[in-house]
Amino acid sequence: MTQDTSGTTTPMGFGRMHRKEDARFIRGRGTYVDDVRLPGMLHGAILRSPHAHARILSVDASAAEAYPGVRAVITGATLETLNLAWMPTLSADVQAVLATDKVRFQGQEVAFVVAEDPYTARDAVELIDVGYEPLEPVVDARRALDADAPVIRDDLEGRTGNHIFDWEAGDRAQTDAIFERAEVTVAQDMLYPRVHPAPLETCGAVADFDKVTGKLTVWCPTQAPHAHRTLYALVAGLPEHKIRVISPDIGGGFGGKVGIYPGYVCAIVGSIVTGRPVKWMEDRSENLMSTAFARDYHMRGEIAATRDGRILALRVKVVADHGAFNGTAQPTKFPAGFFGVFTGSYDIEAAHCEVTGVYTNKAPGGVAYACSFRITEAVYLVERMIDVLACELDADPAELRMRNLIRPERFPYTSPTGWEYDSGDYPRALRLALDMAGYDKLRAEQAERRRGDGPQLGIGISFFTEAVGAGPRRHMDILGLGMADGAELRVHPTGKAVLRVSCQSQGQGHETTFAQIVAAELGIPPDDVEVVHGDTDQTPFGLGTYGSRSTPVSGAATAIVARKVRERARLVAAAMLEASPQDLEWSVSETGGRWSVQGSAGHGRSIQEIAMAAHSNLELPEGVEGHLDAVTVYNPPNLTYPFGAYVCVVEVDPRTGQVKVRRFVAVDDCGVRINPMIVEGQIHGGLADGVGMALMQLMAFDEDGNHLGASFMDYLLPTALECPSWELGETVTPSPHHPIGAKGVGESATVGSPAAVVNAVLDALRPYGVRHADMPLTPANVWSALRGSPLRTDLAIT
Amino acid sequence: MQITVTVNGQPYTRDVEPRLLLVHFLRDHLALTGTHWGCDTSNCGACVVHLDATPVKSCTVLAVMCDGHEVTTVEGLERDGELDAVQKGFAECHGLQCGFCTPGMMLTARWLLDNDPDPDEGRIRETISGQLCRCTGYENIVRAVRWAAGHEAGRAAAGEGAREGTRT
Repeated sequence: MTQDTSGTTTPMGFGRMHRKEDARFIRGRGTYVDDVRLPGMLHGAILRSPHAHARILSVDASAAEAYPGVRAVITGATLETLNLAWMPTLSADVQAVLATDKVRFQGQEVAFVVAEDPYTARDAVELIDVGYEPLEPVVDARRALDADAPVIRDDLEGRTGNHIFDWEAGDRAQTDAIFERAEVTVAQDMLYPRVHPAPLETCGAVADFDKVTGKLTVWCPTQAPHAHRTLYALVAGLPEHKIRVISPDIGGGFGGKVGIYPGYVCAIVGSIVTGRPVKWMEDRSENLMSTAFARDYHMRGEIAATRDGRILALRVKVVADHGAFNGTAQPTKFPAGFFGVFTGSYDIEAAHCEVTGVYTNKAPGGVAYACSFRITEAVYLVERMIDVLACELDADPAELRMRNLIRPERFPYTSPTGWEYDSGDYPRALRLALDMAGYDKLRAEQAERRRGDGPQLGIGISFFTEAVGAGPRRHMDILGLGMADGAELRVHPTGKAVLRVSCQSQGQGHETTFAQIVAAELGIPPDDVEVVHGDTDQTPFGLGTYGSRSTPVSGAATAIVARKVRERARLVAAAMLEASPQDLEWSVSETGGRWSVQGSAGHGRSIQEIAMAAHSNLELPEGVEGHLDAVTVYNPPNLTYPFGAYVCVVEVDPRTGQVKVRRFVAVDDCGVRINPMIVEGQIHGGLADGVGMALMQLMAFDEDGNHLGASFMDYLLPTALECPSWELGETVTPSPHHPIGAKGVGESATVGSPAAVVNAVLDALRPYGVRHADMPLTPANVWSALRGSPLRTDLAIT
Repeated sequence: MQITVTVNGQPYTRDVEPRLLLVHFLRDHLALTGTHWGCDTSNCGACVVHLDATPVKSCTVLAVMCDGHEVTTVEGLERDGELDAVQKGFAECHGLQCGFCTPGMMLTARWLLDNDPDPDEGRIRETISGQLCRCTGYENIVRAVRWAAGHEAGRAAAGEGAREGTRT
């Protein structure tokens, strides 16, 4: 049902084209971090805590140190002598690299063994004897603030509880006043449960410290190589110019590869201590237990409305479970990320939200898994609340949404919490999605099925608006590093080009897309543009790829640096043509880019001819340096606001609780599409994520804080059988402030789809009196919901 | 213990620990890093290779079990400089993004087409359902396999046509 995504030609600019990076991947010749092999390389393995909360009484590593093939054992005590036992998190907290005083979550790093081969390292890990005194864990986030709750972070001076922060947005008084006089109010508690992005490649690093030159080279799959370099300089005290971070091919990131993990620091210390390169690769259980989780928002939403369905106000309270260390990777001023856009796509008079962050005995993290800095939680909240209101009013959820969507003429639209949405035509997208789905026919089929007791049809709608492409840097920084990105473009004498960018692909196809941007701006075929990324020694500074930033920020930087080169080329062309630069006009045709004398198309020079001349002995006017190159830093004036309308159709068997996704219609508007094939691929992946989170991905903890989703046997990810054939549609509303009118799209579908799936399941269950149940809607959960008591999906089923 | 395994047509004799997994044998001993490792539990299928023409998850096969057997990895798909139809299909249909699951997916797809030259969407989805892809939502992987099937059918038809032409 989807459009043909196969590209067959190479466009001179935007359009479908095959990916340049595929040539190596289909031959098995990518270079992922675990493929990096250096002469004399040693291997590291981590000993992890079996307890969620325990005091460390003793660590005896002598047997491990004596084991043949072991070259070093590093413990928290070792790191303390180097002042490296703790490292800063991306949220101005600290995190233990290797535990010294206590362990605070199951799977926390306790010791690091370096050995000649990975099997030996793991053998030796088993020989380390750690004495623990188990402590009561805090597992239930709702109880973390109780007066008698154990204090997790007693390492922090003066800490007497588990409270991290309070954050609010909107106008409380105005919102409360509307609620006081509203005709209808509804409230709903809901959990966006803890999930893990689980990229197929786990995390790892190869560290190589050269004692002679003092240079440290770290290969690791980081989405933000430059931020890593700066942080390593701050953590390890090494001079920043002596650190090179190389992010090779990454086997999926989804936000889980933004931060620095203890294993990376251990590999670095291991290399410094042994004088040899050290590789550390985590296994899948380590990945699921210790690296950045996502979500874990316990939310209460309330809507005030008129009886005829006009939404007046929205009020939200959140308890945010941040785990044992506050390690969310998000802009400093936004401790709850961009949750503040929780009014979503609706024109609501007033809104207020409060978010309270708490520590629990779980892994740190919080912003990961394609969430656009918590917008997925915000979208889920408002989209569930709309359906709860529809239920209360006995209204059609599609009509209720249409009634309250922000109208096209209201753009640029300032939300009640202060976000300026750049552009949109929401009713058009929703109408298209409903038409594609055949909404009325589906409702008729649903009515028909409701007369029987067989599988019930559920139709779920979600309309999302995202805010992606952070900065501007005056508002948005991470640890003081402003969220802007650099680009450098050099056109060689023969007209081939190299573009260097600060973002880093994890599969998004930057080598193709960014080459296409250069092609569109300079008229150089995409195949003639090499895109270099992921190496701090070879690329300009920038904050990297997450929060759907690459196209909004680095894509803009690419367009602008190409325009700078084009202007340089104009001056050279003017000298070549003996004309005034103002008299030249630029054109890009299928054959390429060209500066020509206005009104005399034949009298011009191609970009390739200009490039050669720019490097030749051609006499250039005073002030024109020659060569064709430029650098730029793009500081976005605003975020971009992609949006979309999703319709999910499910069949739910009330006898078993089994849910089958029959259809999924996704209409996305991400502004101008550079390579539609790649955009559609991004959407496909996000839709599968939504199905997984909504129906399968259970990451619960038992009362002792044991992680119950620590392997792919337990943490179920969607396969080809759970996913339908996605039906995509599009509208195009360009961003008015982005140089090429593009908006980010990498996370749109992950943000928008979970609510559609959940709304669909609950729509199917509506005749049974079920108003809400939390994700994941596993058969057991649906079955329990049908019997009046949906499961608490954050805690073990007891 | 000493084993001899034929990988992509070439025999390799190595001394290995009995506990060594096939995936590590391929990656660490033979430097064939196209085979990836993604879980420990046979769930993800990033490590799928052919063992005597049958797809196996090489994280759950001991290298010593392959003594005297033939293994085909992603590096063995391309023959005489020509990409396999499956490889072409994945690039043609954007059947990969990060590329990590791709070798395993392609080897399973190759096995499927060897056994069913014209699989429908349901058969393809069922066949790859023991493997995970976190990027593509499977849509374009299914299309890539269909493309490869069509491509091979087209070539076969062209080949048959030529032979028939010769006969007449």
